[in-house]
Amino acid sequence: MEKVYQRPGTLAAAPTRYCPGCMHGLISKLIAELVEEYGIADRTVGILPVGCGAMSKNVFTFDVVCAAHGRAPAVATGFSRCAPEKVVFTYQGDGDLGAIGLSEIVHAANRGERFLTVFINNSTYGMTGGQMAPTTLIGQKTTTTPLGRDPGTDGYPMGMCEILSQLKAPAYIARFSLRTPAGILRAKEGLRKGLELQLKGEGFAFVELLSICPTNWGLSPVKCLDWMAEHSETVFPEGVYQEREGGEEWKTV
Amino acid sequence: MAGITIEAEYCKACGLCITTCKKGVIRYGKGINAMGYHAAEVDGTKGCIGCRLCAVVCPEAAIEVYR
Repeated sequence: MEKVYQRPGTLAAAPTRYCPGCMHGLISKLIAELVEEYGIADRTVGILPVGCGAMSKNVFTFDVVCAAHGRAPAVATGFSRCAPEKVVFTYQGDGDLGAIGLSEIVHAANRGERFLTVFINNSTYGMTGGQMAPTTLIGQKTTTTPLGRDPGTDGYPMGMCEILSQLKAPAYIARFSLRTPAGILRAKEGLRKGLELQLKGEGFAFVELLSICPTNWGLSPVKCLDWMAEHSETVFPEGVYQEREGGEEWKTV
Repeated sequence: MAGITIEAEYCKACGLCITTCKKGVIRYGKGINAMGYHAAEVDGTKGCIGCRLCAVVCPEAAIEVYR
């Protein structure tokens, strides 16, 4: 028999530190598979966030940098400008990217910096104990919104793809859900597109992945998938939000 | 003849592969691994078709597929 699917060599030979069912492991696996397929492990640099995502420093075998909270796009900007031969990606959660790092990501996207941002949206702060994130859904119970998120006092969930697609510079903005195997394979193609743009040096790419947090949602991993189909996917629809073909000329004063 | 192998020491028994497998090839094992989980195991009596979906959904990359 022929081996048709195996663990990529760019993943460390040890179990991850994530909770059972956490899709961080899945996303790390997709990135590691792509890095191995393109044979770019020696020139790939991952910029990690603060939060659960930072634990992927033990998962990848290629180089990673742990940035300050929300500042991964700023570190990635410096890295990709000083070392243009490197393939740079940031790996950020919704608390990191949508809350404390909001201005960093908006300005990096507006400048069209050469890196890929992988944004993991699980509607909560995972590592700190399940507080409300900017992406928490209306009515969702968290430790800081025990009666459910109330838009009157807490605002509405923020769609980062919708916000960033207002800008002209980003080359690719898309959102995928990791609920089904088909969704996972679509997400991998989205990540592939983002990585290829980096290999060509075409500018900023943003891939949002809808994920789960079984520990803080208080559901089993399998029940989380049902919850995701019913709630997350209706508020955060899948799709390609921006795909820029070639450079657009702008009028100068 | 297709088949899968599961690395029991990586498995955290999340059950995503068990739900995904339409042929019922995977089940929770009776043994406990070093992390304390009932790692998933292959039920040899069921016919695996090598569709790879279990390996696609596995967050721990613990499954290898042969075909």
